[in-house]
Amino acid sequence: MIKIANVSKNYGDFKVLTDCTTSVSKGEVIVVCGPSGSGKSTLIKCVNGLEPFQAGEIIVDGTSVGDPKTNLSKLRARVGMVFQNFELFPHMSITQNLAIAQVKVLGRKQDEAMDKGLKLLDRVGLKAQANKFPGQLSGGQQQRVAIARALAMDPICMLFDEPTSALDPEMVNEVLDVMTELAQEGMTMMCVTHEMGFARRVANRVIFMDHGRIVEDDEKEAFFANPRSERAQQFLAKILHH
Amino acid sequence: MHDFDWSSIPGALPFLWDGMKISLVITLQAVVVGIVWGTLLAMMRLSSIKALSWFAAGYVNLFRAVPLVMVLLWFFLIVPEFVGQLFNIPKGTDMRLSSAMAGFALFEAAYYSEIIRAGIQSVSKGQMAAASALGMTYGQSMRLVVLPQAFRNMVPLLLTQAIILFQDTSLVYVSALADFFGAAYKVGDRDGRLVELLLFAGAVYFVICFSASQIVKRLQKKYHPA
Repeated sequence: MIKIANVSKNYGDFKVLTDCTTSVSKGEVIVVCGPSGSGKSTLIKCVNGLEPFQAGEIIVDGTSVGDPKTNLSKLRARVGMVFQNFELFPHMSITQNLAIAQVKVLGRKQDEAMDKGLKLLDRVGLKAQANKFPGQLSGGQQQRVAIARALAMDPICMLFDEPTSALDPEMVNEVLDVMTELAQEGMTMMCVTHEMGFARRVANRVIFMDHGRIVEDDEKEAFFANPRSERAQQFLAKILHH
Repeated sequence: MHDFDWSSIPGALPFLWDGMKISLVITLQAVVVGIVWGTLLAMMRLSSIKALSWFAAGYVNLFRAVPLVMVLLWFFLIVPEFVGQLFNIPKGTDMRLSSAMAGFALFEAAYYSEIIRAGIQSVSKGQMAAASALGMTYGQSMRLVVLPQAFRNMVPLLLTQAIILFQDTSLVYVSALADFFGAAYKVGDRDGRLVELLLFAGAVYFVICFSASQIVKRLQKKYHPA
């Protein structure tokens, strides 16, 4: 579904990504972790072309992301993305947030888009909030709406960029629950997250990044039981003892 | 001490009102055209296409570095002749109002574009990313997501600029166009009561601008409670 081959990216002399190669099969859930500044968010943003890259190739469902001839908007409409800071549109109600791209990008009818939005809102447990505005919702609720907004486009896969990092601790689980359910339904997912409990429960594979390189790319059992690199061992030791 | 004689004002009110209408028309069209053209300039300025960005920067810097009176004079003295030849308008047609409107609109667009550019930049980059990630084109993201938020943040500044613009319309006196100020001057000159008429005009400008800025303040509190 997603193929990342020898991708490198730099800002001037500073190398953000160096020769990253991995892939995600249909239905697979991949967790990408690593210390801050390791390039994990940048990598995931390269997958839908939000960040350009200078070398290598990324293929999503047969379409090359780096190819200048690719219609990126069309590709992005099929790839859901959830951001650290939710990024709901604050000037629109929750239902409008859910409907707008369905109508403007997919050309669905307003009623149809609203129905679809309400169904997804119900699924993430927020039907009662339909007519509110994002500012009236808690962080956890906003992130669940953001997930529903992405799902409304019927994406072929979902990208999560630290979806719980900006949340108060007591709200993390409500978001992870939605993600877990999604994974169990067979959604292809690539998640940048520090939630190792989520990785243990849900992930098929774990990718560990450091200094812009993919240091480990393992089945989750192998990763947690016996990380090969010293850097990953240190990282796990730190993060798990909290 | 000057002996004030206000008696020439009541009879002149209809003429002054005609002048006020001209002032308001110039203000309104300069605000509308200024905001539309200013938005386009701001988007060019922020564009990744170098030529557009340079053009917009040049335009803004040019208009911000010359006095408004001068721009109005250009449009009064040079442009009518040029446009007249171009469109075959008979010589002697009164184009003072249209040249004043064009001058104001183009001049104000430079100022509006700077306000709007700041407004666009005040919307977090993540909003553009989120809109793009949903498959919206650059144009859709701007129109549906970024600009509505930018304008909401900018309303007080845009209105304040409109108030300044209203005061500046008095500068059209250089083309002897009878806007409110020009009309007051003419009446005062005719009746030998210049001081009274100018004081009266000043009071009217003050009342209008002061009330308008109070309304802006209220709006600001409503939308951005500190």
